[in-house]
Amino acid sequence: MHKNNLKEEIIRISGASPNKCMKCGKCSATCPSFNEMEIAPHMFVDMVIKGRVEQLVMSDATNHCLSCFACVERCPRGVEPAHIIEAIRVIKLRQSGAPQITPAQIASVIDTEIPQQALVSAFRKFRK
Amino acid sequence: MIYSYYPGCTLKTQAKELDIYARRSLDVLGIKMEELADWQCCGGVYPIAKDEIATKLSSVRTLNQARELGRPLITLCSACHHVLTRVNNDMRTDKNTRDKVNTYSKFDTPYEGETDVIHFLQLLRDVVGFDNLKAKVVNPLKGRKVGAYYGCLLLRPSAELAFDDPENPTIIEDFIKAIGATPVIYSHRNECCGGYIAVTDKGQASRNVDKIIDSAKNKGCDELVTACPLCMYNVAANAGEGKEITIKYFTELLAEALGVK
Repeated sequence: MHKNNLKEEIIRISGASPNKCMKCGKCSATCPSFNEMEIAPHMFVDMVIKGRVEQLVMSDATNHCLSCFACVERCPRGVEPAHIIEAIRVIKLRQSGAPQITPAQIASVIDTEIPQQALVSAFRKFRK
Repeated sequence: MIYSYYPGCTLKTQAKELDIYARRSLDVLGIKMEELADWQCCGGVYPIAKDEIATKLSSVRTLNQARELGRPLITLCSACHHVLTRVNNDMRTDKNTRDKVNTYSKFDTPYEGETDVIHFLQLLRDVVGFDNLKAKVVNPLKGRKVGAYYGCLLLRPSAELAFDDPENPTIIEDFIKAIGATPVIYSHRNECCGGYIAVTDKGQASRNVDKIIDSAKNKGCDELVTACPLCMYNVAANAGEGKEITIKYFTELLAEALGVK
């Protein structure tokens, strides 16, 4: 996909408003996955504004977002960074057709206490 | 008044305690709740992408069943509550989602978000009342320092969940007071346990829960309560060595206080 179309696709699917961002950095400051992501939430927003979207699609930072909505709740401008990250995750899964987890892979990580809720959620997040 | 009840996938399996103690407690409190006959899984996570429609269908089927019975729908699991509330909100406010879902689903009457989705804690607060609950306690949990672990899904986004103040919630602390224990406020009570990341990266979940547990212990919590099976799992199973803390479902403490555990 051409990068201009990709930017539009991200904005369309996310329903987010990156142009409202005032660069306060609160989204990254409050993100519980900040240390896990090579591209932090505020950078996602900035890079979408600037059209540097191919880099975002290449990054695995999207796989570390927990969808906990801390950034959505605490953004003073209603930018919804988590929705941008989710849109990119969804686009990656749809384009590649390659699931991030398979039933065979998770067999090795399941323990006797893991709740069904975790498996259902992970399959919804990491496969299409 | 009879309430419909949506247990969700995990309350029949790994989180049976969350379910069983809720049912027993409601008997004591004189509230009648009937499980929906043909409920389907909510999907576990709310489909954030605006063009995701199919992944909302199972939640809408559940919501429509509750509407047909004309009863409010009680949830217990934080994730189920989050997903059902937000899909319901979409059906009420987002024409695109509503039209597509109804065109596909062919219900006798199009579903437009009519069902009231109520979390069990809201039932205790708004229907039973914490003062009435306190009056029914036979075994007050005196001296127990309990930290409310809200996690993320019950509170956020507050514009849709409208559950409590998203940064300074009080509902679980008020519940803890009503059953005679002492609530302990700590900074990370509304931060995420790592959720589903436990399936793909246990280390990340551990780093998250360790911060939450440190925060709780530093403020003097002896135990935590939660409404979410995934929070329960991450805190109980993925805490780092030496970090462990007792965590129970809030319904277990409720049943204990009401003498039906």
